[in-house]
Amino acid sequence: MTPVEILASLFPSGHSVSAEGDLLFGQGTLPGGTVVHVVGATARAPIGIDQAIRLSGAVLEIARSDDATPILFLVDSASQRMSRRDELLGLSEYLAHLAKSLLVAEARGHRTIGLLYGGSAAGAFIATALACGTLVALPGAHPEVMDLASMARVTKLPIDVLEAKAKTTPVFAPGLDNLVSVGGIAAVWNADESLADQLQALLARPRDGDDRAALGEKRGGRPKSARIAGEVAAAAQA
Amino acid sequence: MSDIRQSWYEAGARERIAALVDSGSFAEFVGPERRETSPHLGIFDLPAQFDDGIVVGSATLDGTPILVAAQEGRFMGGAFGEVHGAKLTGLLRAAKALGRDVVIAFDTGGVRLQEANAGEIAIAEIMRAVVEARIAGVRVVGLIGGRAGCYGGGGLIAGCCSTLIVSEQGRISVTGPEVIETNMGVEEFDSRDRALVWRTMGGKHRTLIGGADVFVDDDAAAFRDAARAALAQSARPLSVRSAYPHSFALSEVEGLGSIDGASTSLSTNGGGSIDGASTSLSTNGGGSIGGASTSLSTNGGGSIDGASTAPSTNGSGERPGLDLDTLAAEQARLERRIARFGDAADATDIWQALGIDDPKAVPDMPATAFATLAAQYRESADDAR
Repeated sequence: MTPVEILASLFPSGHSVSAEGDLLFGQGTLPGGTVVHVVGATARAPIGIDQAIRLSGAVLEIARSDDATPILFLVDSASQRMSRRDELLGLSEYLAHLAKSLLVAEARGHRTIGLLYGGSAAGAFIATALACGTLVALPGAHPEVMDLASMARVTKLPIDVLEAKAKTTPVFAPGLDNLVSVGGIAAVWNADESLADQLQALLARPRDGDDRAALGEKRGGRPKSARIAGEVAAAAQA
Repeated sequence: MSDIRQSWYEAGARERIAALVDSGSFAEFVGPERRETSPHLGIFDLPAQFDDGIVVGSATLDGTPILVAAQEGRFMGGAFGEVHGAKLTGLLRAAKALGRDVVIAFDTGGVRLQEANAGEIAIAEIMRAVVEARIAGVRVVGLIGGRAGCYGGGGLIAGCCSTLIVSEQGRISVTGPEVIETNMGVEEFDSRDRALVWRTMGGKHRTLIGGADVFVDDDAAAFRDAARAALAQSARPLSVRSAYPHSFALSEVEGLGSIDGASTSLSTNGGGSIDGASTSLSTNGGGSIGGASTSLSTNGGGSIDGASTAPSTNGSGERPGLDLDTLAAEQARLERRIARFGDAADATDIWQALGIDDPKAVPDMPATAFATLAAQYRESADDAR
């Protein structure tokens, strides 16, 4: 689905979301009357310092309000922008700041929902979609941690070996199903049904803590993390 | 503590913890005897390690209970895998529940690519746990000066910490040099140009632009002293409330204390002394251990009392933590950085714009001289992180 189609399905009575370069800002009203803020990183574009600071500024402006309006983050990005300039100026701080903005907005009562409808990768994925309280995806979304060519360079494994392993190894291979299996994505929505209904149903369910490790255990992608985190936390409080 | 200087860069995770905390106080959680190895490395015929490359536990620092984690950069480049990440997540959740401060010794290339999806989500879980602990008033202090630096998702976690202490070797970055080169070409970034790597991502540059708070020499004792001073600060000094968004002048008059509206809070809440503390620490870290330990113990002694009372108020939620004001100040700080340095082609251009007369001399400067220079010219984060 395109952003236009997604927004039409979410907000049948109209919305004020507009594009600013590859970013989206605005709001819409769900059929039930709930107002939803929308921010977006679209067009498979990389997220550098200039994009991150604009997004965090918008999120913080929303967070300042006490009205508990949900924030929907539409994501179809590349990875973080890989450039000398972005690293020189401290891209890690900008991405962390964006993630913190989303997390603090959530702590102040704004539900944060990531909707991954295309790609996203690496640090850009962490700072946007994965920093939301709930992350859902549309069929066809294609998240990844790193492209295989870069993986080959870093791991010093031949790329044909990585390509072969990618077909059989969900824990490392790119792709929506694999991110679902480790618990990173709560649910994959049905693109043929009303997205407004699906978002309203999601908002009607209270969110209680970070359940991604439990999901990853249930789905088999991360067999150990929920238990290990629990054991460490228990030992520290013993 | 020994009189023999111990390199932080060369030390392993367990040696770093031993150098940081009170002797005999460390108790490890889910240690190597449990043999909780990675369930995924076998797929690549790679050897596992019994602690999965991270050591977590509780300890005391000058008698004050803390939680501590150290990554082992010599195992898989300190990368975050499923078990590795889960141990840190669990520690941070306990920190929030207990209202107890955390020290993390980073040494990581980022996500462990052989279990990339598990590692990626682990990073997201850790960032959430850091932020939730900080909102509850817990301090999370990051130490960066290891072989692997602090790359990828590690750089993002570091960006969520309350305070970052770095040495020259402490590189902080998202995309590593090799990955930039692979994707964008050698013209964009020549990963074999080590001088370029260090001046773009290294501890000196990060200190000068406000990406790190305290610069220390590559000395385990200097890291310990700086961590102790950072823990003695309040979780979020009140200076943040009034110092944004017009804190541009702070870097130029750092330590002077009174700046417009900020003057009241800076002079009454200890904000001024925090600047002083970090300056003297940085200078001390430069190597003269004898002189350093004298002034440091004086420094630390006064503030430790404050620290030991802090956790009790902390648990009841009275100590202000990360909040919207902190992030508004950080937003202003990061916007200002782009406005001021966004057109710079090289780190030396930024250093020159900061007012440093001979920027090309910075990379070769000894730690003491650099710390003095940095205290005068740097953009301070001023707790806006």
